[in-house]
Amino acid sequence: MSKKTIDTSGFSCPQPLLMVKKALESESQDFSAIIDTEVARENISRFLDNENVDYEVEKEPERYIFKIKR
Amino acid sequence: MSDNKFIIISGGIIGLLAALLVRAGNPANMGICMACFFRDIAGGLGLHRADIVQNLRPEIVGFVLGGFVLAKYKGEVKPRTGSNPLLRFLMGAFMAIGALVFLGCPWRMILRLSGGDLTAIAGLIGYLAGIYVGVLFLRQGFTLGRAYYNVNPASGYVIPAVFLGVMVFRLANPEFIFLSEAGPGSQFAPVGLALGAGLLVGGLAQRSRICTAGAFRDMFLIRDNHLLNGVLMIFGVALAANLVLGQFNLGFAEQPVAHNEVIWNFLGMTIVGITAVMLGGCPLRQTILASEGDLDAGLTVVGLIVGAAFAHNFGLAASPEGVGFNGRVATILILAIVLIIGFVNVQQNNRAKG
Repeated sequence: MSKKTIDTSGFSCPQPLLMVKKALESESQDFSAIIDTEVARENISRFLDNENVDYEVEKEPERYIFKIKR
Repeated sequence: MSDNKFIIISGGIIGLLAALLVRAGNPANMGICMACFFRDIAGGLGLHRADIVQNLRPEIVGFVLGGFVLAKYKGEVKPRTGSNPLLRFLMGAFMAIGALVFLGCPWRMILRLSGGDLTAIAGLIGYLAGIYVGVLFLRQGFTLGRAYYNVNPASGYVIPAVFLGVMVFRLANPEFIFLSEAGPGSQFAPVGLALGAGLLVGGLAQRSRICTAGAFRDMFLIRDNHLLNGVLMIFGVALAANLVLGQFNLGFAEQPVAHNEVIWNFLGMTIVGITAVMLGGCPLRQTILASEGDLDAGLTVVGLIVGAAFAHNFGLAASPEGVGFNGRVATILILAIVLIIGFVNVQQNNRAKG
């Protein structure tokens, strides 16, 4: 089964964080999020840490893939 | 250093520099003020002819170049555009007009409070109210849309180059540049010091992502006090420095470059709060984003300059005597327009989603 991916590329703050937050509230399965700015990476990492959410970050050229566990 | 420590230290240094810039010659409680400085630049370039507020402020040049150099060094300059540039321009102009009805951007609001200016309290409450309204729009689905990276990489140099040009004009002082001989525009810290402080603030702001709108927005939205810690440090250190330097003057009466019309202080900053959340940052943050190659933020900065020029050409900006009739009408109209933009945006976005 393919996991859902949220693409936050090109959105300015706090939009990427809101998109991840929304998915966190509605998704029951693991999902990925594409993050393309350092600011969003920092914000979302801090948010997920504060919420005690399990996640991994993979660095790709020009972007990060957050693998978020439910 | 952890992010949390860094933003606290950044806030502290910025607060100290703001107090020192006043000591060195800037107008009272105006060590840093984006709205005032963009207004002065608009005047210096002759876009408005209010002869007491014309100057090419090196601090702004420093913010842009400091932000640009550090972003470049960290590989964070990524030219991008396409996230509703025209609307961002317009909202930048509205933001400047709202700030000039209050007589200061959110940073100066904090610095006015740190100088004992209690008339800024109404502005702070208005700013919080505006941010809260902005957050309600965000929760309903407000967005200005995605930006794209399919622009020439050299585009990232445009905004830094423009402000480098402003600095050249300031130093060369050709006959078409206006520098006030009286009033706030004539009060300034030595150029080298102002530029140096600006570079430092720009660099710290770029690395720490400090933002007065983000500070309160994140509290409302996700109960995150990270940015707020930095903003509180600006206030605390500037307060301490003002007390030590004899720049603290507690009260409502006769505050420098300020008025005490509660309702207009409140509504002016409400406009700034809503637009800052919709745009994704306060005027300083927009300036830093512009320095990082966010061309839409660059247009917001141009909007701030144009809005500030209109604020004086149309008699919308307040004076220490208060807000005139034109300014009051503009405040109400802009507030209504911003709310309409918010409602229409939310409605369209939700319709697009089905």
